[in-house]
Amino acid sequence: MEAYISLFVKAVFIENLALSFFLGMCTFLAVSKKISTAMGLGIAVMVVQTLTVPANNFIYQTLLKEDALSWLGITGVDLSFLSLLSCIGMIAAIVQILEMILDKFFPALYQALGIFLPLITVNCAILAGSLFMIERDYNFTESAVYGIGSGFGWALAITVMAGVREKLKYSDIPAALQGLGITFITAGLMSLGFMAFSGIQL
Amino acid sequence: MDKETKKVLFEPLVDNNPITLQVLGVCSALAVTSQMSTSLIMALALTSVTACSSAAISAVRQHTPSSIRIIVQMIIIASLVIVVDQLLKAFAFDVSKKLSVFVGLIITNCIVMGRAEAYAMKNPPLKSFIDGIGNGLGYSLILIMVAFFRETLGSGKLLGFDVLPLVKDGGWYVPNGMMLLPPSAFFIIGLIIWGFRTWKPKQVEHNEFKIMAIAHGEGGHH
Repeated sequence: MEAYISLFVKAVFIENLALSFFLGMCTFLAVSKKISTAMGLGIAVMVVQTLTVPANNFIYQTLLKEDALSWLGITGVDLSFLSLLSCIGMIAAIVQILEMILDKFFPALYQALGIFLPLITVNCAILAGSLFMIERDYNFTESAVYGIGSGFGWALAITVMAGVREKLKYSDIPAALQGLGITFITAGLMSLGFMAFSGIQL
Repeated sequence: MDKETKKVLFEPLVDNNPITLQVLGVCSALAVTSQMSTSLIMALALTSVTACSSAAISAVRQHTPSSIRIIVQMIIIASLVIVVDQLLKAFAFDVSKKLSVFVGLIITNCIVMGRAEAYAMKNPPLKSFIDGIGNGLGYSLILIMVAFFRETLGSGKLLGFDVLPLVKDGGWYVPNGMMLLPPSAFFIIGLIIWGFRTWKPKQVEHNEFKIMAIAHGEGGHH
């Protein structure tokens, strides 16, 4: 149990997908103008991440990994080069299914998240979550914890960023630095702050 | 080369740069730039994937129903990335280890998808190919600039050669450790954007509202 808690904390703070690996930066910079939209996107990412990482882990462990097909009596087959294709296919499928389920059963939530869901397919934080899971060879439970943790960390980062940017509107910034420029520098300062966690051993 | 081709090829370098203006493909620009060698490989990989995928997507654009176009694009891009990934693993294993998941992430690199959606779906294959190369070069330009500052200032080297003699080897340069850490990439790109926009004022984003100085002596509290 302890190992899972430390994995969660590590995924949220120490290895924050947005601020220490710079993943999902395009949406991170583009959709962080208002706290409410940032939070909506953050929650959507968290939900998708929680579903896709364990799902990809299941596929990887039972079909693609070296000798994974031995339960079918086939040995010596290594299909891991297909993992990129299967991961992105899985993500696209899950996003699509999630969209349909939300539309049917939770229309209010669908309205709130609607525009962000299709964006998530091309959010690199989602794909990276699955790829890191493969690279680090997590088992199923670990991958579920990692999925929740990394999604939560990303949501936290974008919400904080939106909070800073809402205040930043009232400051007097040189014309050429306005908008994207100052956002980059702010993200850099936030990332410095998150680096304070980096020495922690769990 | 006629004017049109030139425009398609060179416009993304500064005037319509994918990173500093379109905010596409930022993730990998930040993550792989602590060394020049990895940045060069990454730039090369992305440029070739963008060019080839744009050409391929453009070639099948009239046969793709628009409802499944994203999936078609994804599959084309993912297949090309797998080829690049396997090539790197075979011929440049060290670099491929250093780039870790970022080669795979070319699939979701917004530049590739963005060019496919915005350009390749509407233009013939050859032009899309050139557009892909142009945008790849725009991305490479920023990557190389960032990597140049990070590697020279961070470790006093460039592509592994000593440029600034370090104090610990009897030279005069004290390396700036922060340049090797991820946040420095944010600062450098922020400053590059500042520079670009001072040079090309057309790119400046204007605030929704401006701060006005309050005139003195009009009964305000001080």
